[in-house]
Amino acid sequence: MPFIPHTAEDIRDMLAAIGAPGIDALFDEIPANLRSRALDGIPPAASEMEIGRLMTERAARDGRRLNFIGAGAYEHHVPAAVWAIVTRGEFYSAYTPYQAEASQGTLQLLYEYQSMMASLTGMEASNASLYDGATALAEACLMAVRTHRKSKSARVLLPAALNPTYRDVLQAVAGNQNLAFELLPFDAKGGYTTVASLEKYRGQDVTALVIQQPNFFGTLEDVDALTDWAHAAGMLVIAVVNPVSLAVLKPPGQWGAKGVDIVCGEGQPLGVPLSSGGPYFGFMTTRMEHIRQMPGRIVGRTVDLDGKPGFTLTLQAREQHIRRSKATSNICTNQGLLVTAATIYMSLVGPRGLAQVAATSMERTAQLLDALTRIPGVRLAFDRPRFHEALLLLDRPVRGVLEALAGRGIVGGYDAGADYPSLGNGLLVCATETRTAEDIEAYARALGEIMKSAAAA
Amino acid sequence: MSNVPADLRYLKSHEWARLEADGTVTVGISDHAQQALGDLVFAEVPEAGRRVKAGEACAVVESVKAASDVYSPVSGEVVAANADLGGQPELINQDPYGAGWLMRIRPDDKAHFSALLDAKAYEAALAAETH
Repeated sequence: MPFIPHTAEDIRDMLAAIGAPGIDALFDEIPANLRSRALDGIPPAASEMEIGRLMTERAARDGRRLNFIGAGAYEHHVPAAVWAIVTRGEFYSAYTPYQAEASQGTLQLLYEYQSMMASLTGMEASNASLYDGATALAEACLMAVRTHRKSKSARVLLPAALNPTYRDVLQAVAGNQNLAFELLPFDAKGGYTTVASLEKYRGQDVTALVIQQPNFFGTLEDVDALTDWAHAAGMLVIAVVNPVSLAVLKPPGQWGAKGVDIVCGEGQPLGVPLSSGGPYFGFMTTRMEHIRQMPGRIVGRTVDLDGKPGFTLTLQAREQHIRRSKATSNICTNQGLLVTAATIYMSLVGPRGLAQVAATSMERTAQLLDALTRIPGVRLAFDRPRFHEALLLLDRPVRGVLEALAGRGIVGGYDAGADYPSLGNGLLVCATETRTAEDIEAYARALGEIMKSAAAA
Repeated sequence: MSNVPADLRYLKSHEWARLEADGTVTVGISDHAQQALGDLVFAEVPEAGRRVKAGEACAVVESVKAASDVYSPVSGEVVAANADLGGQPELINQDPYGAGWLMRIRPDDKAHFSALLDAKAYEAALAAETH
């Protein structure tokens, strides 16, 4: 049954009322050469039973693999209660309702989420989420340009150690809005961004510096020194962070003497399971002084006519339904369902639980690195402190090794060779709290055998 | 009926302009505009030193209902912005032609000022808008 409320008769009547011969005629103004044709290669509709069987078979073909890949999305244990609660009818709507105040429960949940994110990042205000981590960074860069009115250049400095996918998305979203992105090299030995690399920008008009902590290599950046340098040079500072890491690392609101200006990142590690590219959610927090330039919805707490507490959408005048093309953003949808999961996840594990998740992940990654670097032909790329991920360098192309590991049911990591050719055969690996000592042993054994075989060399 | 002082000049988009003795032009929004917007909660004014063109959006006034652009009546350089509005945007509601001013611009060409609507023409524009 199609979920379209109009009957054939309704549609005919509506077309007749406006004098259009058919639905196609409504799109007449689009030139013929710009119209897409019917989708080729799509088979006829299948029944629910047929689809169910097809998908089950395909899932079985994928099998259950032992996962050591991170690179921006992380496999964490999600307590069963999280999604049992999220899928209750009261929560199971993926969107903030348009008559928002009619749904006090949804608004209260978003308010709690905002409070948690503000507290976790050490900032004063949070929005109700954005599309994903990469687009949240693009929004943060656009926000920095709007906020920093003394800076006319719209130049934003990006570490080369920033997630390369984020770099691509930045270019796609903000590259055509007169922002100029410039890359900061990373230290070849430490895999981090040095203050020295910023020196050439001294005295220049630069709008903002982006700092990812931990960076794409899992390495910890010298966030205090970078933040202070950028602020002294008149730049705003945008932090891109893994929210789980903040349970054990200093929150961006406390980086350097003043703290950063905008914090954003990918919310997936907070209770959202891995799936092919999403849906995940982005988060963004800032200081009160910048709140009017923050895109997206914000829920506020207030009192009604009788003085009873209630929740409401606030600062809506900045948004697209009022400000149209001048809104702070026109892709400021939030990810209601995933934010619901994250809020319930955070409330179930609590600050101590989250710190345990972070600390255990760090420990497992240290064990993994210890085991893997004993294998001849495998070494660590960088010697700096890290969170729960690290770049390994192999003595042969990574691709063949990953294929051989896949044959043994192991997802061995992310091949960083194409993104960082100068590093050689880079393999980015990660172990979270979900990897046991046996898992790590199994990976090390498999990799050891593969590296020994002459065929792979 | 809103107050339209006779000694000011206006834009159809509801800004007012006053030529000061030092040759600068003070800009604000009209009494009609503040009434239509309702309680103002925020005003974003340009930085001193910014170059603006006549008709360019250069400030934003935000009420609980809407955020609206304010257009510059003249081309020139912004020499001052009303810093008091940061803590008291309600000054615009209370005293739109006085303490609620937004910015002061040094016009490139004073003749431009005389080309703006006078009070009578602005009143006529208001009347046309409400009918």
